Amino acid sequence: MFIITCPYCGDRDQTEFTCHGEAHIARPLNTESLSDEEWGDYVFFRQNPKGMHRERWVHAHGCRRWFNALRNTVSDEIFATYKVGDARPPLPENPS
Amino acid sequence: MKAYSLFSLARNAMSYHRNWQRAWRSPDPKKHYDVVIIGGGGHGLATAYYLATQCGISNVAVLEKGWLGGGNTGRNTTIVRSNYLLDASAGMYEHAVKLWEGLSQELNYNVMFSQRGLLHLAHSVHDMQEIGRRGNAIHLNGIDSEFLTPAQVKEMLPIINLDCHYPVMGGLLQRRGGTARHDAVAWGYARGADAAGVDIIQNCEVTGMRIENNQVVGVDTSRGFIGAGKVGSVAAGHSSVIAEMAGFKLPIECYPLQALVSEPVKPIIDCVVMSNGIHVYVSQSDKGELVVGAGSDAYNSYSQRGSYDFIEHTVGPLCELFPLFSRLRMLRQWAGIVDVTVDRSPILSKTSVKNLFFNCGWGTGGFKATPGSGHAFAHSIAAGEMNAIAAPFSIDRFNTGALIDEGAAAAVAH
Ligand SMILES: Cc1cc2nc3c(=O)[nH]c(=O)nc-3n(C[C@H](O)[C@H](O)[C@H](O)COP(=O)(O)OP(=O)(O)OC[C@H]3O[C@@H](n4cnc5c(N)ncnc54)[C@H](O)[C@@H]3O)c2cc1C
Ligand SMILES: [Zn+2]
Repeated sequence: MFIITCPYCGDRDQTEFTCHGEAHIARPLNTESLSDEEWGDYVFFRQNPKGMHRERWVHAHGCRRWFNALRNTVSDEIFATYKVGDARPPLPENPS
Repeated sequence: MKAYSLFSLARNAMSYHRNWQRAWRSPDPKKHYDVVIIGGGGHGLATAYYLATQCGISNVAVLEKGWLGGGNTGRNTTIVRSNYLLDASAGMYEHAVKLWEGLSQELNYNVMFSQRGLLHLAHSVHDMQEIGRRGNAIHLNGIDSEFLTPAQVKEMLPIINLDCHYPVMGGLLQRRGGTARHDAVAWGYARGADAAGVDIIQNCEVTGMRIENNQVVGVDTSRGFIGAGKVGSVAAGHSSVIAEMAGFKLPIECYPLQALVSEPVKPIIDCVVMSNGIHVYVSQSDKGELVVGAGSDAYNSYSQRGSYDFIEHTVGPLCELFPLFSRLRMLRQWAGIVDVTVDRSPILSKTSVKNLFFNCGWGTGGFKATPGSGHAFAHSIAAGEMNAIAAPFSIDRFNTGALIDEGAAAAVAH
């Protein structure tokens, strides 16, 4: 890690960014009919994988925009950063 | 098991300490155990110890993928205290402190539990309100805590710079808090459990969970399949990985938490000092090293490496509070992977799979709870139902909303 590529600003030091956990969790639409189980699952339960993780970052001390990253949580290596709404980049073939 | 005593020390000195009995055996795994514990950290070993010594279940194995205490047990800054805000936490952590107080005797193993006092500093009006509220809550739970004025803080800690950036406005002291020797806790419980018949199997990684008709029947491991009547997962930073094997998710995310130690110096600080406000905590080990805790990185990771900027964020406030530490050299720095829940409280729980129990989510502060957690978890596994101390920590609370929010008491990672 240490250098993160903001999709808007390019390569910047890691300390300019903050991480906000698992990406691509869609807020349920049918909120009135959601059970406690489903609410709890949406709000609190996470994949927390040992390996490839798609996650949200903010360039907090830069352009202040949100984006997504694909990172290996074992090596901390970042394989891709991409804008919210962009197609998900594929998993690397040989994650180190 | 041969008991340790002054006489055994003298006797073994005669043979140059070459004939000490091994502290525990290294058996090959059996085909089946009544209970299999995943994880040979302090909590897993304590669970096995109490299962065998108090619950009458000694056909137990502890499976550890590396070496005993090589996880967070051997990486933590060893602070023990029970000054939490909420009743459920007071129940758990005070239960642990009471067990700590007799632990070296009970285990016949010196865990070096030292009740040297634990001092929380307050640096703002908000901090003062927080320690005021928490200190009174602690009193109501019958646990010791005292408020100190800045002058009293100075008397305890002559080397402190009260007039630092964010001056010290007061303190909350728990005299019964302190530190213990982390490795000794793992080794002492291992030795006691082994003597009571538990098989401790190191270098044995659990790689899969066998579940039939929604009931766990054993685990796949790097040393083959091991059958089990019940399974208790006590894998700290790897709990989500184990949960995935069983087909469910946990309300946990993992972060690296760092610590560092300085070169050893003569006794200079004789209590544990922690500050939520400027984020630093420090104590001095019996070897003389300053043990300094840093913060946890705010991104999921299993890397066991912390980021460099956090070291700076830690030693900065440390030197502000104790200017004379600025000349010390740091010897080692490391990180452990902490399993953090959103309410900063642990999970001790049954799961959706029958006979599969989880003890995890201790995050940045579970060392202090080791005896209490093991004790409560052992009795709960034996009974098949969580006991009174463990019950509030059920995983269901993330669905019912009955969270146990200890964010303030755990604001500093320890
Ligand atoms: C830097 C740092 C400082 C800390 N400071 C404090 C403090 O001052 N006070 C405090 O109270 N707490 C502190 N903590 C937290 C404390 O260390 C932990 O909460 C506690 O030690 C957890 O104990 P455990 O036995 O549950 O976990 P661990 O000791 O981590 O044991 C879990 C074990 O499970 C094993 N395992 C994992 N996966 C598998 C598998 N698949 N198969 C077999 N075995 C497996 C691991 O190898 C590991 O040995 C700190 C933590 C860190 C990292
Ligand atoms: Zn940017």
